[in-house]
Amino acid sequence: MHLAYPAVLAALLFSVGLYGVLARRNAILVLMSVELMLNAVNLNLVAFDVWLRDTLHAGQALTLFVIVVAAAEIGIGLAIVLLVYRNRGSSDVDRLTDLAEHGPHDPHDPQGEGDGPSAPEEKAEAAA
Amino acid sequence: MNVAAAHPGFLSPTGVEIVFVLVGVATLAAAVVSVTTKQLVHAALWLVVALGGVAVEYLLLTAEFIAWVQVLIYVGSVVVLVLFGLMLTKAPIGRSPDADSGNRIAALAVAVAAAGTLVWVVVDAFRSTWIDVDGAPQGSTKVTGEILFRHWVLPFEALSVLLLAALVGAIVLSRKQSRQQPGER
Repeated sequence: MHLAYPAVLAALLFSVGLYGVLARRNAILVLMSVELMLNAVNLNLVAFDVWLRDTLHAGQALTLFVIVVAAAEIGIGLAIVLLVYRNRGSSDVDRLTDLAEHGPHDPHDPQGEGDGPSAPEEKAEAAA
Repeated sequence: MNVAAAHPGFLSPTGVEIVFVLVGVATLAAAVVSVTTKQLVHAALWLVVALGGVAVEYLLLTAEFIAWVQVLIYVGSVVVLVLFGLMLTKAPIGRSPDADSGNRIAALAVAVAAAGTLVWVVVDAFRSTWIDVDGAPQGSTKVTGEILFRHWVLPFEALSVLLLAALVGAIVLSRKQSRQQPGER
């Protein structure tokens, strides 16, 4: 098999995951896109391991380790997202801007007048 | 017969290569739908198709054990965990118009630039490199078990400790703290 096939597929999968990480708003969908990127890396690792015929099979061992670390990551990540949702009533990553510095003309200011009254509503909705 | 149509070449693909490309197209399409669909639960279900396609690609690359681990861990547990997360955060069933944030155009530009650069570099670097998938399987369960428990035992055990720590951490994080804040869930 030509090595370019798995390598190109991995590059494209990685780019799709990159788009998902940057464009998605829900934190859980961002985590899903991270999984896609990790899978692209795993595909590269397996393809190059089979190509090089490594006697230690370091690529496949590292693939298994990446899968395990990804499972741990998604467990912790989902726990954190649940905690954020429980505390703030939303898991949208672009609303978690408490640490951001807001300029005077920033339209996404959650502490401003426009968004102020809606926050308690959402919290009540989340608690219901 | 010219050089391009000689046996290892683009114009004479083997059956494995044809299957690889077909499954790759399906995988990529499922991944694209998964990151662009407006229905959050459908995104998780399309992720199953994409991850299953990657498992089939592992099988075609003769990495059999990794393929089944992929099916078990990713399709079996990670996607179920993601679905649980979506349900627990009360994700809307049906179309949600605000699934994408405002920087879609910038994200698309970055992704297209990354894809172009990576594909160009990879094709340029490996245009005359072939994988020999006809020999002995490189990733059968016997081979993987031998290398994992002969050469990689220490990282394996360290990872089990990491998984335990992650498990305890997830439990601690998601436990309801009723004693500290009586009114809050």
